[in-house]
Amino acid sequence: MAQRKSLNVNGKSVQITIDDPDMPLLYALRDNLALHGPRFGCGLAQCGACTVHVDGKAVRSCVTPLSSLTAQQKVVTLEGLGTPQRLHPVQRAFIEEQAVQCGYCINGMIMESAAFLTRTKNPTEAQVKDALANNLCRCGTHARIVKAVMRAAGA
Amino acid sequence: MTIHASRRDVLKRGGALVVSFSFAGASGETFAQGAKPLAITEVDSFLAIDARGVVTVYSGKVDLGTGVATALPQIVADELDVPLNRIKLVQGDTALTPDQGTTWGSLSIQVGGMQLRNAAATARAALLEEAAKRLSAKTEDLRVVDGVVSAGGKRVSYGELIGGKSFALKLDHAKPAAGKDPKGYKVVGKPVPRVDIPDKVTGRFIYMQDFRVPGMLHGRVVRPPAIGATLESVDEASIKNVAGVVKVVRQGNFLGVVAESEWGAIKAAQRLKASWSKSQMLPDAAKLWDEVRATKVVKDEVTSNVGNTAEAVSQAGAKTLNATYDFAIHTHGSIGPSCAVAEFKDGKLTSWSASQATHNLRKQLATMFGIPADNVRCIYIEGSGCYGRNGHEDAAADAALLAKAVGRPVRVQWSRADEHGWDPKGPPTLVDLRAAMDGANVITAWESEFFIPQQTAGSFLVSLVAATLAGMPAADDIAPGNIFQNSAIPYKFANIKTICRRLASTPFRPSWIRTPGRMQNTYANECFVDELAAAANADPVEFRLKHLDPNDKRGIEVLNRAAALAKWDKRPSPRRDQRGEVATGRGVAYCKYELTRTYVAAVAEVEVKRSTGDIRVTKFYLAHDCGQIINPDGLRNQLDGNVIQTLSRTLIEELKYDRSAVTSLDWASYPILRFPQIPELVYDLIDRPNERPWGAGEPAAAVVPSAISNAVFDAIGVRLRSVPYTPDKVTAAMKGAA
Repeated sequence: MAQRKSLNVNGKSVQITIDDPDMPLLYALRDNLALHGPRFGCGLAQCGACTVHVDGKAVRSCVTPLSSLTAQQKVVTLEGLGTPQRLHPVQRAFIEEQAVQCGYCINGMIMESAAFLTRTKNPTEAQVKDALANNLCRCGTHARIVKAVMRAAGA
Repeated sequence: MTIHASRRDVLKRGGALVVSFSFAGASGETFAQGAKPLAITEVDSFLAIDARGVVTVYSGKVDLGTGVATALPQIVADELDVPLNRIKLVQGDTALTPDQGTTWGSLSIQVGGMQLRNAAATARAALLEEAAKRLSAKTEDLRVVDGVVSAGGKRVSYGELIGGKSFALKLDHAKPAAGKDPKGYKVVGKPVPRVDIPDKVTGRFIYMQDFRVPGMLHGRVVRPPAIGATLESVDEASIKNVAGVVKVVRQGNFLGVVAESEWGAIKAAQRLKASWSKSQMLPDAAKLWDEVRATKVVKDEVTSNVGNTAEAVSQAGAKTLNATYDFAIHTHGSIGPSCAVAEFKDGKLTSWSASQATHNLRKQLATMFGIPADNVRCIYIEGSGCYGRNGHEDAAADAALLAKAVGRPVRVQWSRADEHGWDPKGPPTLVDLRAAMDGANVITAWESEFFIPQQTAGSFLVSLVAATLAGMPAADDIAPGNIFQNSAIPYKFANIKTICRRLASTPFRPSWIRTPGRMQNTYANECFVDELAAAANADPVEFRLKHLDPNDKRGIEVLNRAAALAKWDKRPSPRRDQRGEVATGRGVAYCKYELTRTYVAAVAEVEVKRSTGDIRVTKFYLAHDCGQIINPDGLRNQLDGNVIQTLSRTLIEELKYDRSAVTSLDWASYPILRFPQIPELVYDLIDRPNERPWGAGEPAAAVVPSAISNAVFDAIGVRLRSVPYTPDKVTAAMKGAA
């Protein structure tokens, strides 16, 4: 049964039409709202590619049912974090460190790091590595990602 | 402000969700297969310059996340004297780009880039000749800056010279046009930032997984629970409550669902009840190596034969050493599961995928559907990194089959379990080695046998899952890639014989994964060389240097530079001065890729916990010589990938399966390396601007497993001869040695 669902995404109220109130947030963002930042990687909360912020906290959108979200909760995706014209410091640091290979995991790396840096101001490298321990990268970009997060932390 | 946006609204509006392809300002639709020159012997196949001076580069080699979408234009920019931002790159479109072969084997720069350089140099010479006429000047008096030719105060732009017209010039890649003197390069050799990164970090980049076409439906496949199982029945009523299901598609043992929405397709695929026959075609995983050894050998390929090893081994007084090395079955493990979109229209198939070989895929899809290849167009769109032939082509076949069944464009997105369970695998590799040594510790013989699956036919077409399941026409090749490479060795011993024993079959559909064969073979060879050095009580670096061809100066230099970079502690292995819980060691490995190109040497430093068998790689040093470096930052990025990905494969990865199917279907059961396990990486890049560029996407991976095994031996005096080096294996090896 088609029904309406209100969400707050990237600072705007949006209403989407869905068939299943338990559809994961990831599909609402990608298919209903045409956002490309959050990515499908596993659907199991194992890899982190789908990470978004909900009220400032990094969450795995692939296992977050829409029914668990209210219209007031603030969902922010990679697109909402910063734009090419107004980059978030973490995004800027990833460009400066060229911390991307294929880049498929990078959404999760940036969203996880941005949330981490808001609660940990001057992290050590070991803390950054621990913060990203549940985000998987297959290309082997880890060393540059850590450098980028450290750079953003110092920005 | 409130935005009302249903999926349908977005599709209707087009805009953000729908991407249309443009080619030189025209719609891609107007360029049917065969309309544009594609032969690699034509400049027009590679380059077009429009009236505004915008250069379009057509590359059959594609960017798989490696950075060649930046490096290839760098090559053209310098050769043509145009700014990078005036170059547009079209990749892997069978209607537009020449067939430069699969994007594999570290050949995108070495082969693809050099073909482009040849095309650009040829085009430039013709442009200058024409400019000389127009400007009434001699060609040697012409200056070119940013695509504008000038002489004696007069100027003419490339756009004015050629704008929109074809070059109609031939290319001979065996005798390339004289390019520029490398001294004149402005962007080649520079760490130019990658063109794709700003879009990738802001969510603007369109990956294959993001690609949509108007009127598109969503498909999912339902794979058999066992390889070789037969589909007996399907209960379509089991998904009657799922909204938006368009069709259940069943053809032979192929089963799939198509729905209006992606989530609808996922739910339908999860809930659809089907019954399958039992099938147990896989070997007992615990006896894999017995199985490999018992597999019928169809051919012995002698990859090197010097002197007479049999005689040397039976020589009186000869001491012989034997070892067997094995390397587990690996999966590609792309973070984004494979995805493709297909559309059948008027008997013609358009396939969008992240295939690394769209020209080959076109042939395979034409065969599968029994239509002329001219009626198939395959278009590359960058996806999640693939590291070889993963599931992208299979998803393309799935999408095509479903699109044909429903008469509308269909997007197929594989699940994590589809990817882990059904992408083709890097085959298991077993290597027996034997050497003989005389009384003076001189190595008199080296013999090796590599038990590896055969390569049937020369086509390198890995069979498509959908074609196999649906019983559609297909060439059922076994195509593991050129995995015989680096079975022969770079060392000069008096007697050498290396043989690839080609096996009739291998448990899983094989394909190439980064550094295929070269990784496994170099691992066995470089570990065994280390065993010989230890047996001769020699320093491992010195032992290698002593046996390298003295005329191979670049090989000797790369090894010396790796040792210098790591401040190599010169002495025989193992260390005998450690008693504590944590032992440290260093190991070296060397590779001349395919014995013809890129040189790489590595030193690994490790810590081994004796009580648990845990290995921590603390530092990894690499010296790397791939000739002329196009983009040093891109190269470093690739080296990171080589080292870290291969550390993961070496320390952790192993496909799990039962008698029916793969059981490691997610990241919990097929774990990969995580951030806390990343070592410090230190490189020495040897740039040789006057040499031809060679590949860098794979060679550094070849030395990783052996450098680590050799370092562990140095630390605890125990040889690891089975990849992955899990703590259990380390502990067992220590017990065996005690």
